[in-house]
Amino acid sequence: MWAMIVKEFRQLRRDHRTLAMMIFLPIVLLVVFGYAASFDVPKIPVNVYGRGAEELAAALRPPFEVREVDPDGWASEAETALRDGEVPVAFLATFEGPHVLIDGSELFTAKATQGALAELAQSVPGAPSTYPRMPSVEILFNEGLETSAIMVPGLAAMILLFVGTVITSLGVVRERQAGTLEQLAVMPLRPWDVFLGKVAPYFLVASVDMVVVVLAGVLLFDVPFRGQVAVLALGAVLFLFVTLGLGVLISSVSQNQGQAIQLALMALLPQVMLSGLIFPLSSMAAGVRWIGYVLPLTYFVRISRGVMLRGAPLGALWPSFAYLAVIGAVVFGLATLRFHRSLAPARTRGEREAVSAR
Amino acid sequence: MTFGVRGLTVRFGPQVALEDVTLEVPPGRVTAVVGGDGAGKTTLLRVLAGALAPTAGEVRRPGPERIGHLPASSGTYPDLTVRENLAFVAAAYGVPATAARERADELLSRTGLAGALDRLAGELSGGMRRKLGVVCAMLHRPELLVLDEPTTGIDPVSRADLWWLIARAAAEGAAVVLSTSYLDEAERAAWVLALDAGRTLAEGTAEDIVAAVPGAVCRAAERPSGDLARYAWRRGATWRVWLPEGVAPPAGPALELLRPDLADAVTVAALARELAHAGGDRR
Repeated sequence: MWAMIVKEFRQLRRDHRTLAMMIFLPIVLLVVFGYAASFDVPKIPVNVYGRGAEELAAALRPPFEVREVDPDGWASEAETALRDGEVPVAFLATFEGPHVLIDGSELFTAKATQGALAELAQSVPGAPSTYPRMPSVEILFNEGLETSAIMVPGLAAMILLFVGTVITSLGVVRERQAGTLEQLAVMPLRPWDVFLGKVAPYFLVASVDMVVVVLAGVLLFDVPFRGQVAVLALGAVLFLFVTLGLGVLISSVSQNQGQAIQLALMALLPQVMLSGLIFPLSSMAAGVRWIGYVLPLTYFVRISRGVMLRGAPLGALWPSFAYLAVIGAVVFGLATLRFHRSLAPARTRGEREAVSAR
Repeated sequence: MTFGVRGLTVRFGPQVALEDVTLEVPPGRVTAVVGGDGAGKTTLLRVLAGALAPTAGEVRRPGPERIGHLPASSGTYPDLTVRENLAFVAAAYGVPATAARERADELLSRTGLAGALDRLAGELSGGMRRKLGVVCAMLHRPELLVLDEPTTGIDPVSRADLWWLIARAAAEGAAVVLSTSYLDEAERAAWVLALDAGRTLAEGTAEDIVAAVPGAVCRAAERPSGDLARYAWRRGATWRVWLPEGVAPPAGPALELLRPDLADAVTVAALARELAHAGGDRR
């Protein structure tokens, strides 16, 4: 037994990635669950509309944080602000009292708003006479505050991430392990052709998966699809570029499938935890929240929920599209370069080589 | 056109895999690269096939569409059938479907793989998979055929079949270069390059290399004692003893003078280099 223990430690000492994972994974999990894993929403950004907007805004207390006060705006402006994801809650100052519009696609914020409104109603009667009654509440986009409604668009995003990153990284590293990657390098195939040929099937599989998940969500779980299919498709394509690029990058620095799985999980876990897919970003500690803002999944979750649940147009979601396009270009570009290098070593490093080709 | 390398050096970090190696691989000839483990055979073949960039030196080879390569691994996809592997290679090299089928039929029947068309390559025996690798490398009738240990792990009958195919490829005009650990097999090649620790040990026809053995090679029933033990190596059940020029046969166990073969010649060349280095060190 002692011989086995010594052997295992020797092997472990040389397996730097597993060692790093054993050290960093607990730290990552600690940070995630300590600072990010919370459903509490401490701050709720709101816009206030209507003639008495300024007075109403002044009466609002935390957790509500007033972002914009527009005495000339009314219900349509409020709905647009919610649809475009500017704020999750809008107050309308009416003669009968405040009317509150809540974005149901922000499930935990919506629930926190309901709780805060109940408290507000208790405190308001003693205050200005303008608001003697309980605010009337209207939930938009996910009227029943169904969990499935926010999970299905998120799940679609996660599937693209899983297929794009994990499965792709395995597919490429399998070539390396079988020794066929080197064979591809000497075949008369352009590296770009090999790269696209390698990635295209995963692109198609992920796309089919996504369509199936969205259809199942709409048909089986009554998840609404209010936006344009083309907008979601465009977001999915951009996000797939990021995830496929990430998969190829991971495979290019992995020698075997075990290493690829480890790295892919390291790339997957923070995205699932910190993207707002499960825990609301607004609930996270500021430092951890900024990690979330860097992760591509954060933006595709915004796009998928925005398009499906709120019917948000491209114009409202453009920052997320722009970020995915930029990060996609960077990651995919890096992946292409790495793949090109591993495929054509003789052609990229052989400056002193004189290859005759008739 | 003659392919090959001139003044080839390959380093992996501080480790020198090949140093100043020159080899011509002309069309119509089978060239064998021999040497022990770590001699640099695979590195040389990888450079010739275009899978590895040289650190220094010149490489002459045709474009990738005219090279056939069997890597040290089988180079085939274990999760594709024999038929699917061949279809992929044919498509990658742009061989029309009908021509590819006819060529594959011919090669497969000669290698005994015709009955395994629909078996997964990963389910084939090691030898059968190796043969499939050779068939894939030859499918598009390359001008330069680079085969890394094509007959390793293959039974004697199949080895003969493979050698028939290799010789035929050369007869049809291909420049063939292969590595092998079997020196008896290398004698069948028209040209032999022996490598030792990344450097050329001997080069020429097998006959040339044998003829260049300095001194004499003897057979002994037992290992000789004394200084001569340094010049002895086991070969099968008996011992071979090299008597460098000027060294007289000792008294003691009977030494039977014999005509050396390629294996003896390469071993003697390695011993001679070792002794020269040792002498140089002493100086």
